[in-house]
Amino acid sequence: MGSSARLYLAIARGSFRRYSTYRAATLAGVFTNTVFGFILAYTFLALWRARPGLGGYDTSQAVTYIWVSQSLLITVAVWGGGFQDDVQERFRTGDIAVDLYRPVDFLGWWLAADLGRAGFQLLARGLAPITAGAIAFHARMPHSPLTWPVFLLSVLLAVLVSFGLRYLVSLSGFWLHDSDGVRAVMLVVAMFFSGMLLPLGLFPDGLRQAAQVLPWAALIQVPTDIFLERSTGSALLAGLGFQLAWAVVLLALGRAAQLLATRKVVVQGG
Amino acid sequence: MAEYLVENGSSVRPERPLEPESLLEPESLLEPQGRLERLRWALRSWQLSAAMWTRAAMAYRTSFVLMLGANIMITSLDFVVVILMFQHTDRLGGWTLPELGLLYGTSAFALGMADLLVGSVDALGERIRAGTLDVMLIRPAPALSQVCAERFTLRRLGRPAQATVVLLWSVSALRVDWSWDKVLLLAALLVSGTVIFGALFVGGATLQFWWGEAKELQNSFTYGGATLLHYPPTVFAKELVAGVTFGVPLAFVNWLPLLHILGKPDPLGLPAAFQFASPLAAALSVLVAALAWRAGLRAYRGAGN
Repeated sequence: MGSSARLYLAIARGSFRRYSTYRAATLAGVFTNTVFGFILAYTFLALWRARPGLGGYDTSQAVTYIWVSQSLLITVAVWGGGFQDDVQERFRTGDIAVDLYRPVDFLGWWLAADLGRAGFQLLARGLAPITAGAIAFHARMPHSPLTWPVFLLSVLLAVLVSFGLRYLVSLSGFWLHDSDGVRAVMLVVAMFFSGMLLPLGLFPDGLRQAAQVLPWAALIQVPTDIFLERSTGSALLAGLGFQLAWAVVLLALGRAAQLLATRKVVVQGG
Repeated sequence: MAEYLVENGSSVRPERPLEPESLLEPESLLEPQGRLERLRWALRSWQLSAAMWTRAAMAYRTSFVLMLGANIMITSLDFVVVILMFQHTDRLGGWTLPELGLLYGTSAFALGMADLLVGSVDALGERIRAGTLDVMLIRPAPALSQVCAERFTLRRLGRPAQATVVLLWSVSALRVDWSWDKVLLLAALLVSGTVIFGALFVGGATLQFWWGEAKELQNSFTYGGATLLHYPPTVFAKELVAGVTFGVPLAFVNWLPLLHILGKPDPLGLPAAFQFASPLAAALSVLVAALAWRAGLRAYRGAGN
């Protein structure tokens, strides 16, 4: 048990370092997130000027919503990516067959790698936009110091849910040979239902209720509401429980799909 | 096919097409003299290369249709957000939904057409890293034409198509007296806007000659710029509006000409001539992008292969 924990830690650390190699790309990405933060924050300001208190957000919370979501976008991989690119390349080359017979769990390997990636991107791509928002737009920082650790826990759960979703998409490659199409559709769904574009509370009736129970809400909406201290007490626990439940369900589904996929590879002769 | 070998290690990906013979036709082998002739030659090279990639994509029709559909959905999301915002208000920055539709339609159309025509140029850094740019430089066709047409895909028609639908809807919903000057101005802004975004794509990609990983940086100006132009200038701080008028010429894509068409006051109070100056701004952008590209290509020292 101890040795496998050390192994996964080494994978995560390696992944963290791998992403930290591309400094110029990281800087360019931070710049882009910040530019989008500026543009979108102004549009939210205009909307909340017209409708103060819309969706239960005051104006400062609304603007902060933009900056927190821009800071989380890459960490929770709303667009997909991260390990997905690596797995996709291995489908193309056929190396995937070898991967399944390694003495390391396939899911565990990629999960550890993705957590390492997310750790780096939270630091590298998360801090700058929220700082820019705090300076330029007086973004609302949490009032209680306890919010910070709870927020980080929520981000961790968000990454687990995101991984679960992306893992299922990647495994669809076993049946479809190419998961590009599914990935493109998932990008649309994830952008829309995560709350990345607009807080889910602003959706029209019906769509709102649906969006709030779908797993994508765990990516942006739940952690951002925790950061804004909108969810406190039992609502806070409900939010974290929602994320945890989806993480467990999706990872279990991923495990089951992996078993099926492994059988399929054997049938095909590897 | 050294290019494919370099791109994929030792394995040649079977789904990729082989180079057509047409690029190597004798007519295009010689670099023509004279400005106009050179321009024709560059456009012809682009066209040949784009036709080849289109033929390749059409070999996988189902995949193409799926991706085109996904592309239309993705690019529609931005306008869906605008519609959702207008569920809660009837004005944003003093502009109505059909007016925002006009902003969105023009901006997304210009960005989409520019992306279709030259968008592939943003992969320049990867080509430099993989050494495939060197292959392009020794081919008898202008490097810029090749880089812009590489991986050309009609899938990118999704954005302009969807933008056209929004544009037509907003034109029919607006109560604008379409005199000939306004029609002409709208046509001119669609062309100038496409040219301005095209220049931003090329100019931004040029940075990758020096800063290979900077691909995402130009997204701030192209995709970020288009997002900015979906919303009325009154929403933003005056400094920002001034920055995209006198710095990066985004305001000329649609803000300034639409102020005239919709009869709105200019938040910066600029002379009315600015509202007709989009073609001039487009010409200037092309000049700057061309100079940057030339400087970048001159500074490029090859990948050593």
